[in-house]
Amino acid sequence: MAARILTITSGKGGVGKTTATANLGAALALQGQRVVTIDADIGLRNLDVVMGLENRIVYDLVDVVEGRCRLRQAMIRDKRLSELYLLPAAQTRDKTAVSPEDMVRLTDQLRPEFDFVIIDSPAGIERGFKNAIAPADEILIITTPEVSAVRDADRIIGLVEAEEKDTTYLIINRLRPDMIRREDMLATSDVVELLAIDLIGIVPEDEHIIISTNRGRPVALDNNSPAGQAFRNIARRVIGEDVPFMVIRENPSLMDRLARLVRGR
Amino acid sequence: MSIWDKLLGRREPTSREVARERLQLVLVHDRAKISPQLLQTLKDEIIAVISRHVDIDREGVEVTFTRSRRQSRLVANIPLQGSRQRRK
Repeated sequence: MAARILTITSGKGGVGKTTATANLGAALALQGQRVVTIDADIGLRNLDVVMGLENRIVYDLVDVVEGRCRLRQAMIRDKRLSELYLLPAAQTRDKTAVSPEDMVRLTDQLRPEFDFVIIDSPAGIERGFKNAIAPADEILIITTPEVSAVRDADRIIGLVEAEEKDTTYLIINRLRPDMIRREDMLATSDVVELLAIDLIGIVPEDEHIIISTNRGRPVALDNNSPAGQAFRNIARRVIGEDVPFMVIRENPSLMDRLARLVRGR
Repeated sequence: MSIWDKLLGRREPTSREVARERLQLVLVHDRAKISPQLLQTLKDEIIAVISRHVDIDREGVEVTFTRSRRQSRLVANIPLQGSRQRRK
């Protein structure tokens, strides 16, 4: 069995790439899949802290590429999930330390031994982004329902298509049902219509994310977190299960309509 | 917004509607990798080619973009010379 290589990217920074990578990795491992997450954000690494593995880094991605260690030596096994590994980014180098060909070679080495390789792309459309998408079989584009994030996501979709990567999926992160009901936030349907790619997940805004990042424990492991549930659902869709989308009540109630009438908008 | 507007059911667009409309326009321009200069060149050359064979109303020629799903489309609208007068 050969691993599927998934890259999570967005264009815009701060929309949840790293959080999604950590949680999709954890959620797939919970499903019994063998998973490696790779932090491709060289110079600005963060996947290690989000996964709570920052104290165990000895070698990193650049050490592997430059031959200072074997691939296995740089991979850190998760504390909680024995089938989950992290390959951290280098913190003291920049994106040019690795080439797209290096990424293809490295992930090809991982393919026979794992079910999934998930690559956390840096923001932007430069070298780091190109490194992250070069080996991808499937690309998960994450956005929030905001004008700037959707615009950047559209640009990324264009660039990804130009690289002839035609399996792309959309994750909409940080939806706020209260704002959508007031018609003060783009709804899921608006974003899907604008970007015109297949939706694979919707994640509600959830304060558990900040708490879980504080603790270095992915929210996918927390049964009380709506966002954690959303990421577990995405993982099940990725492995081919038919999971209905989470119900985020987006239609305005009579009270919302009345309130809007009173406010005059 | 006046009380009359409210009573007549007129309302300002919601911020969701504004966002959707602004994005639709921005994405059309982002997706079409054609600069305004290139658009003008295209227009001039289309006029030159067509008017070699048919009389056209040069002033009325329009070259614009439209968008459907993930495809942007270049649309040329070329009125024929004389068609305006006849309709009068």
